[in-house]
Amino acid sequence: MATVSIRDVFKRFGSTEVLHGVSVEIEDGEFVILVGPSGCGKSTLLRMIAGLENISGGEIAIGPRVVNNVAPKERDIAMVFQNYALYPHMSVRDNMAFALAIANAPKALIDEKVARAAQILGLTPYLNRYPRQLSGGQRQRVAMGRAIVRDPQVFLFDEPLSNLDAKLRVAMRAEIKELHQRLQTTTVYVTHDQIEAMTMADKIVVMNSGNVEQIGAPLELYDHPNNLFVAGFIGSPSMNFVKGKISGNAFLSDNGTRLPLGHGQGGSDGQATIYGIRPEHFLLDPAGVPAKVNVLEPTGSETQVMAEFAGGNIVAAFRERITARPGETIHITPNAALAHIFDAATGKRLIA
Amino acid sequence: MDATVAMATHPASFVRKPDSWLTKLFDYKPFLVFLCMLPTAGLLLVFLTYPLGLGIWLAFTDTTIGQSGSFIGFENFEYLMEDPVFWLSVTNTIFYTAIATAGKFALGLWLALLLNNHIPLKAFLRAIVLLPWIVPTVLSSIAWWWIYSPQFSIVSYVIVDVLHLRDTYINFLGEPWPARWSLIVANIWRGIPFVAITLLAGLQTISPSLYEAALLDGASGWQKFRRITVPLLMPILAVALTLSVLFTFSDFQLVYAITRGGPFNSTHLMATLAFQRAIPGSQLGEGAAIAVSMIPFLIGATILCLYGVGRRKWQQGSDND
Repeated sequence: MATVSIRDVFKRFGSTEVLHGVSVEIEDGEFVILVGPSGCGKSTLLRMIAGLENISGGEIAIGPRVVNNVAPKERDIAMVFQNYALYPHMSVRDNMAFALAIANAPKALIDEKVARAAQILGLTPYLNRYPRQLSGGQRQRVAMGRAIVRDPQVFLFDEPLSNLDAKLRVAMRAEIKELHQRLQTTTVYVTHDQIEAMTMADKIVVMNSGNVEQIGAPLELYDHPNNLFVAGFIGSPSMNFVKGKISGNAFLSDNGTRLPLGHGQGGSDGQATIYGIRPEHFLLDPAGVPAKVNVLEPTGSETQVMAEFAGGNIVAAFRERITARPGETIHITPNAALAHIFDAATGKRLIA
Repeated sequence: MDATVAMATHPASFVRKPDSWLTKLFDYKPFLVFLCMLPTAGLLLVFLTYPLGLGIWLAFTDTTIGQSGSFIGFENFEYLMEDPVFWLSVTNTIFYTAIATAGKFALGLWLALLLNNHIPLKAFLRAIVLLPWIVPTVLSSIAWWWIYSPQFSIVSYVIVDVLHLRDTYINFLGEPWPARWSLIVANIWRGIPFVAITLLAGLQTISPSLYEAALLDGASGWQKFRRITVPLLMPILAVALTLSVLFTFSDFQLVYAITRGGPFNSTHLMATLAFQRAIPGSQLGEGAAIAVSMIPFLIGATILCLYGVGRRKWQQGSDND
């Protein structure tokens, strides 16, 4: 096991720069998820840690050793690919044993390690099958088995669940998390799915167009997003934004609606800002702001309401069962203490 | 007007007319299958089955040009068993096929691996590689005939007059062994594009992530080739090998255009000998018998290629995607 240090790393493909100085410190045994929309550079960064892409600037260290010029096979890492990259002409056993066989490990050791990995992953009955004869989830497990057998310092996962159906994805999510808790190997995991990131990570790195937007624990990002991008990316349904400005001790939206502010929110009087409030942070309040209901989505445990509110469209989620019908008006008020104020010009969260 | 009256006055809008016999016939699946297969079956019958059948029939007759023969059983074959020229053509064909195929696959695979890399002018180079395949064989054979000419050979010129490695021009086609090797070289040259392009297509079906996975697993370049490329290329290699063996075994144009089987029948392949005996020699029956005796060899080679390196266990089972 080892730490991974990414220090001011740049990546250029020809004249196009795709990573603009990324720094991330990963602790020993930590489960870190790189998350961001497609094309944000998260997979490129992972491939640079693996050694499949060279590093245009900055340095990456695994443990105390800077690996910029270390060959992939010397880096002591194992990677699970998005399409699993299982060798189709080898049985499950041979797939898992490949790295050790290449290294001329003694046969007894190979058998022992493969048997252990197969047992951990529940693959023992399938050892003689070929990848074609396995289901998606089983293939996924073989790919992980291939990594476990190597007993590496760092596991790298490149969107490993994106080829699975929704139900299997939830199951494999739990399996990977459990595996990490059991093996305690430092893990770097790439995904575009913020729910995966929230549920699995010790630490999330939110990336956007080649930059790190914020690094933090899942709930820290949820409760205290640094900027509009993180606020909108983390959480589902995503945070509602209302444009307007600060007016005294309240927020005045562009259409003249007054929204309350709590303590700790920054911004000076008259400053153009954006008011951010999560769907679940609305309260039903007869004295609140009128909201015209467009669509109601009862899920049983809660009711999601899509409504026109303060001159824009919002989503609000209530524990109460809403009896209003589409077209009717309800009165709601945001929980001021949980609202966020963002600078309209920079997108940064403003703190008093 | 009530509903029953409406039914009676507009029956056509409620009840379908019974199908005509023609509609029924075309709805009858066996008839439809027969009808759809007819054009292909007709073409195959006229242009493949008939000539093949006629050839086999001729092999059992003493037909000569201008005189329809009569059935003589296995007499043609019995005669050939005693004929040293026939046996020479058999060993020539086997030797020619084995050596030329080995050469084509070694060089073709090498070329495919080169072209599979990112190199400048890739599309242009791939087009160039196809040239020997595109040029009509008779035309390229004439070029090779010039190259092998005893007086005007460019190869001899380079060796003798430029490099001074020899004193005399090489008599490529005048002696049996040099002639055989010369033909094999020409055949390899002509066969490389087919092998290279087919194997290149096969190489491109191998996912790059497999090589990346192997790289992380610590495989060297040779190990990647040996453990990933070769096994995954096997299925397409089997098909290419089968076709290539068939083309080479039944080769006629190249040999006939360059040596016509000479010197002293020493480069005759079964195909050229069959033609030689049947048309210029006018012994149609005997020529047909030589051609027919190629069939067991061809079937044997096909079975060997397809079952030897063909479908592997790992290809079986379903795709669960």
